[in-house]
Amino acid sequence: MSELVVKNVSKSFDNRKIIQDINITLHDGELVCLLGMSGGGKTTLFNVISGLTVPDEGEVFLDGEEITGKPGKISYMLQKDLLLPYRTIEDNVALPLLIKGMKKKEARASVAAYFQEFGLEGTEKKYPRQLSGGMRQRAALMRTYMFSRNVALLDEPFSALDTITKGSMHKWYLNIMEQIRLSTLFITHDIDEAVLLSDRIYLLTGSPGEITHEIVIKEPKPRKGDFNLTEEFLAYKRRILERIGEP
Amino acid sequence: MKRKLQSITFRINTVAAIAVILVIWQTVSALGIVPGYMLPSPVEVFWAFVREFPLLMENSRVTLLEALIGLLCGVGVGFVMAVLMDRFEALYQAFYPLVVLTQTIPTVAIAPLLVLWFGYEMMPKIILIIIATFFPITVGVLEGFRSADKDTMNLLRSMGATKFQIFRYVKLPGAMGQFFSSLRISAAYSVVGAVISEWLGGFSGLGVYMTRVKKAFAFDKMFAVIFLISFISLLLMKLVDYMQKKCMPWEDGNHE
Repeated sequence: MSELVVKNVSKSFDNRKIIQDINITLHDGELVCLLGMSGGGKTTLFNVISGLTVPDEGEVFLDGEEITGKPGKISYMLQKDLLLPYRTIEDNVALPLLIKGMKKKEARASVAAYFQEFGLEGTEKKYPRQLSGGMRQRAALMRTYMFSRNVALLDEPFSALDTITKGSMHKWYLNIMEQIRLSTLFITHDIDEAVLLSDRIYLLTGSPGEITHEIVIKEPKPRKGDFNLTEEFLAYKRRILERIGEP
Repeated sequence: MKRKLQSITFRINTVAAIAVILVIWQTVSALGIVPGYMLPSPVEVFWAFVREFPLLMENSRVTLLEALIGLLCGVGVGFVMAVLMDRFEALYQAFYPLVVLTQTIPTVAIAPLLVLWFGYEMMPKIILIIIATFFPITVGVLEGFRSADKDTMNLLRSMGATKFQIFRYVKLPGAMGQFFSSLRISAAYSVVGAVISEWLGGFSGLGVYMTRVKKAFAFDKMFAVIFLISFISLLLMKLVDYMQKKCMPWEDGNHE
């Protein structure tokens, strides 16, 4: 029962319109991709949804409640892991709970159970710099999940990783999403990634950025590891490329 | 392993350089190139140190006490100022230039004033040390606060963190490196500040001892006390390094 609705959102900076009339719906347990080129206003939209930026027009709703310009409802994960270097992994992922006012001991206890699930067992007492890039992103996702079991925003979370790590992270990610069923809005500029991971894709194109197309990926989940080598996959990719070419 | 080896070679080189300087110094004195009453040989300095040891320790105790009290207060003042200037932009704009201005006044110049105002006891000395030590802390810690990562702070804001929580979880721990760098400088300043203030009036302390031996033209004792002062400063700085290692375990082996 968690649904995110973005309604007619527009935002300008310095008299330049960045995004225009954006409408997005994210249903419970869905993984929706927002696919757009760099500088297309993805990050602006993102800040609006997380409540850090107030839009010029439009509203954001979470489960029917208006949360426009109200941070503290939806958290996100970025390309940079943003783990605090001076906190152990355990204390990093527990941070959202501490911010919500939980006692340290309690917070540690409530995150402990999830290390296994996120493939992070044994890293509890380690510091972020002792972990590989992929593992740090796992911890970052776990922290996002600790903040909210309902909705998460992911802004190009895997784009800083090398191709091989990225591939294994995608597998890990699809697998974990089956278990935790976190409704996710995923921002990316990588078409392959978008097709591979999402249930639906919004294409964000032009300047100011507008959502021009919506594409449903019908491939059932859990998806097989070689989905990105199939004809269907290529067909989706071709469709997207055509639409980006002639909006 | 390689790093350890490098550090050992570095030490050996340092020790060798000091040894060479001492040998040259000893030779110069022994050959009478510089008259003995103006430049005592290292061996003479060493014996002066041994002879005067109880007196030096007695005076060190006073100087060290002043330095530590002054440093503690200076760090406190410096830290509070950094916090306030970070929190309130108006305070920053109003006081930062003034804080910088206080550093253009030489300590030696205000020391006599402080003696006139506060007498020959500990008070003027501690005030002088506070003036000398708060500045590096304020500047360093403030810089640390201000260089806190914007993305990280935004992330915490998205989680609904209050200003205080952002301070507590991001800014404060993030400024620890700068804090200790500044503390190292302030620790050295505190000893120098204590000695200078003792020159200008007081009953005991290494600075007082220095003025006394100066009047007696006892160069060997003069050198002995100079070495002692630099040794104390070095010791304090090492102590800060040790504290930093203990307080920042995540930095351990960062340069591997």
